[in-house]
Amino acid sequence: MSATRTISVTVNGKAYEREVEVRVTLADFLRQELGLTGTHLGCEHGVCGACTIQLNGRSARSCLTLAVQADGQEIKTVEGVAPSADELHPLQEALSEHHGLQCGFCTPGILLTLLEFLDDNPDPSEADIRLAISGNLCRCTGYQGIVDAALAAAERLRGGAAK
Amino acid sequence: MNMTMTVIGKPMLRLEDPRLLRGEARFIDDIKLANMAEAAFVRSPNGHALIKGIDASAALALPGVMAVLTLDDLRPHLSGEHLVVGLPSEAYKQDRNRPALCRDEAVYVGEPVAVVVAENRYIAEDAVDLVAVDYDILPAASDCRAALAEGAPPVHRDGADNLLAEFDMEYGDVDAAFAGAAHVFGESFWQHRGGGHSIECRGMVADYDKPTDKLVLWNSTQMAHSSLRVLVEMLGRDENRVRVVTPDIGGGFGPKLVIYQEEVVVSIASIVLGRPVKWIEDRREHFMTSTQERDQYWEVEIAVDDAGGIRGIRGSIVHDHGAYTARGINLPQNSGETLPGPYVVPAYRMNVRLALTNKVPVTPVRGAGHPQACFAMERMLDRVARELGLDRAEVRRRNLIPAESMPYTKPLKSRSGAPIVLDSGDFPASQQAALDKADWSGFGARQQAALEDGRYIGIGVANFVKGTGRGPFEEVTVRIGASGRVQVYTGAAAIGQGTETMLAQIVAEELGGEVANITVTTGDTARNSLGIGTSNSRVTVVAGSSAHAAARKVRDKALLVASHLLELPVEELEIVGAEIRAKGADERRKNVWIALADVANAVAGTPGYALPGGVEPGLEATERLLFDAMPYVNGTAVAEVEVDPHTGGVEILSYKMTHDCGRMINPMIVHGQVIGGAAHGIGNALFEWMQYDAMAQPLTTNYADYLLVTATELPRIEVVHTETPSPLNDLGVKGVGECGVIPAAAVLASAIEDALTPFGVRIARAPITPPDILALIRAA
Ligand code: FES
Ligand code: FES
Repeated sequence: MSATRTISVTVNGKAYEREVEVRVTLADFLRQELGLTGTHLGCEHGVCGACTIQLNGRSARSCLTLAVQADGQEIKTVEGVAPSADELHPLQEALSEHHGLQCGFCTPGILLTLLEFLDDNPDPSEADIRLAISGNLCRCTGYQGIVDAALAAAERLRGGAAK
Repeated sequence: MNMTMTVIGKPMLRLEDPRLLRGEARFIDDIKLANMAEAAFVRSPNGHALIKGIDASAALALPGVMAVLTLDDLRPHLSGEHLVVGLPSEAYKQDRNRPALCRDEAVYVGEPVAVVVAENRYIAEDAVDLVAVDYDILPAASDCRAALAEGAPPVHRDGADNLLAEFDMEYGDVDAAFAGAAHVFGESFWQHRGGGHSIECRGMVADYDKPTDKLVLWNSTQMAHSSLRVLVEMLGRDENRVRVVTPDIGGGFGPKLVIYQEEVVVSIASIVLGRPVKWIEDRREHFMTSTQERDQYWEVEIAVDDAGGIRGIRGSIVHDHGAYTARGINLPQNSGETLPGPYVVPAYRMNVRLALTNKVPVTPVRGAGHPQACFAMERMLDRVARELGLDRAEVRRRNLIPAESMPYTKPLKSRSGAPIVLDSGDFPASQQAALDKADWSGFGARQQAALEDGRYIGIGVANFVKGTGRGPFEEVTVRIGASGRVQVYTGAAAIGQGTETMLAQIVAEELGGEVANITVTTGDTARNSLGIGTSNSRVTVVAGSSAHAAARKVRDKALLVASHLLELPVEELEIVGAEIRAKGADERRKNVWIALADVANAVAGTPGYALPGGVEPGLEATERLLFDAMPYVNGTAVAEVEVDPHTGGVEILSYKMTHDCGRMINPMIVHGQVIGGAAHGIGNALFEWMQYDAMAQPLTTNYADYLLVTATELPRIEVVHTETPSPLNDLGVKGVGECGVIPAAAVLASAIEDALTPFGVRIARAPITPPDILALIRAA
């Protein structure tokens, strides 16, 4: 049995304190300990991006992060993206409208990656967006719908739509 | 179909999206049951080895480990040791079925030897490392051609040779066609495809409940009913004691249509332990143990007249089958059948040999043998054009089946025994539209200008056809109950292609016009007594057609019952949303309506009361429309590339397709399927290579070594859709899931070769990687 530590994290605005094994990844902690199964595991070796979350506003691969490393930090996952139970974020709406998801397994990682990117780059080109998601693998869409959704969402967000 | 459709044909937003976007979908690994244990597999690290002993004592001593099971431990629960799943064929020379776990021989890296069940995955994986397996390494057969050579090491110790199956396909007088031909050209091709690589790996949760003696297997599979059948047969259980349910599925792409050893082993583990057991494949396991498409070696000759008209084609294929039969001979059969494709080929003969190798079994990946055939055919046509000094598009135009010849029968037989009939489409128009869109005729000037700038650009063209909607049927039940909402059930699993939305649109067209009033349940064996599953671009055709017919029956009955209850003739009623109303704007009639829920309740029966109008009970219908002939999709791809002769890098400057899949239920979803398929095909053409060494050890088992295409390598893919309704079903639909993949390697090879014309490079392989291109330039 490996050693344990007690950690405190804030996830989607909610504070948690838990005892975790030091070897448990942040992804497994979120999924199994907190029941936030929207964060997905596609490779567990840091390439596919499906597990992307935000750690203090910066995208991070939760499969390569240990839960103990997140102690004291703010985490945002896909469950925290929509503003309410009956509203979607403009990027979520755009992904649906531009058919930027098929099986939807890569989608949480795409969302968290693009949200950070659009924060930093409110007026991106198509090439900028392609580069931004080049660390996210999607087997279904050929990325085109995702790129179109990001362009549309950027425009909507620039227009002052709710974030 | 009438022309006044209001729901079919609309690019509606998908019903699936909100839950996926919110992270509220339930994928297999999201299922967590009380008291659930987790499994990890002990797998062979050797391509071929004898197993002389398994010592699990250290693993069992690890706290948290509940069991280590080998084949001996499974036997009391097994009525058969092998998964017998191969599609029938007379071509087999050897039966090679997978044992549930290795007995005393392992024949590919990753083959499961034992399973560890523990409190959680971390402990289970620790314990896997503690299971000591004593192997005697045997020589392995890696390359499929070498495997068929005299003296090759046998893949199975008891095998005399490695020829798994052999067959010929033939029509016309091939030898006469070649004997009298003005020109005969021969080519050799090596083609490789790679794995499925759904971003969600395989996985399952087996939940055996002792008090009720029921086993539920939650399974990320394309084929719930096949999974059920294998469990019933191998575990010797009654059908009503086993249920297979598919949750949300994170992509399929072929490998999830296969029934695997793990489904049997994890189920037994749950029975043995009397608690739920989960197993989730990790990515390394996906590379080693999910089935793949790999190598085909082609030797082909084409005989043409002076004008480039095809007289005949003949050749042979050697196909890497892997160590076992996990599906059948269908892949190279597809390749051989579809080679003549959209062209008039008067005489044809193909010899196909399937070689056993010490590698994970080969089964269909999106496209299923068709991309290889397209590549072979299109490469040969490029050769003909070059040799005869003709434009590549013109050679194709001369040989495409003319629209007036539709339906066009190819004397080849498909695997159901029916002849191959291309049912509809206008192939020459498809090619012309793609050429026009890409400004084919202006390319020469563009290429010349680029060359003067020192840039090497090229253009390519490829045509394809794809048989879709393979029969025989897919069951669909449409039912309205007390909720008044329309419930739709099909055995086919939803793997990301918008199946729920597609079926809801078809059903809504008949039943009230509102997709929001439809709920679709897919891939649950408790809901449909029969089912085939999701493969072969078939669900829209077979399940869609059954849904359409079932919805019509329910509609007719609902209107009949309502006409009794409202005392109005059926012709004066219509279904609007969740209500049946009197037609017409007449004020008096506005209040004449009844809810679908009330109609459903009226025929659900009340003890002691007769049903209205003497109808049969229930507002539901189940349909299993039968299909034999397949609707054929056709299309053309034209790509422009720039090749850097110093690095071998290929940049795709433009990629345009025309695509005709008949009537589109949801054009947005169809468009997404074609683009996603094209991206998959481009990845196959330029990047994906599942590499093995001479001992059949896989060398590319992570996404740093095995390259999936990413957003930066892809151009914007443009698709022009044409809708030629298929005459083979009432909806006029054809399948779409696999079609985008098919011409990609062919069109890119054509374009890259064209770009490198100054070097005289010839491309006869896929994938075409930068090192390959540099080597070809150097050798040219
Ligand atoms: S699961 Fe973390 S990058 Fe793939
Ligand atoms: S939508 Fe399936 S992997 Fe991206």
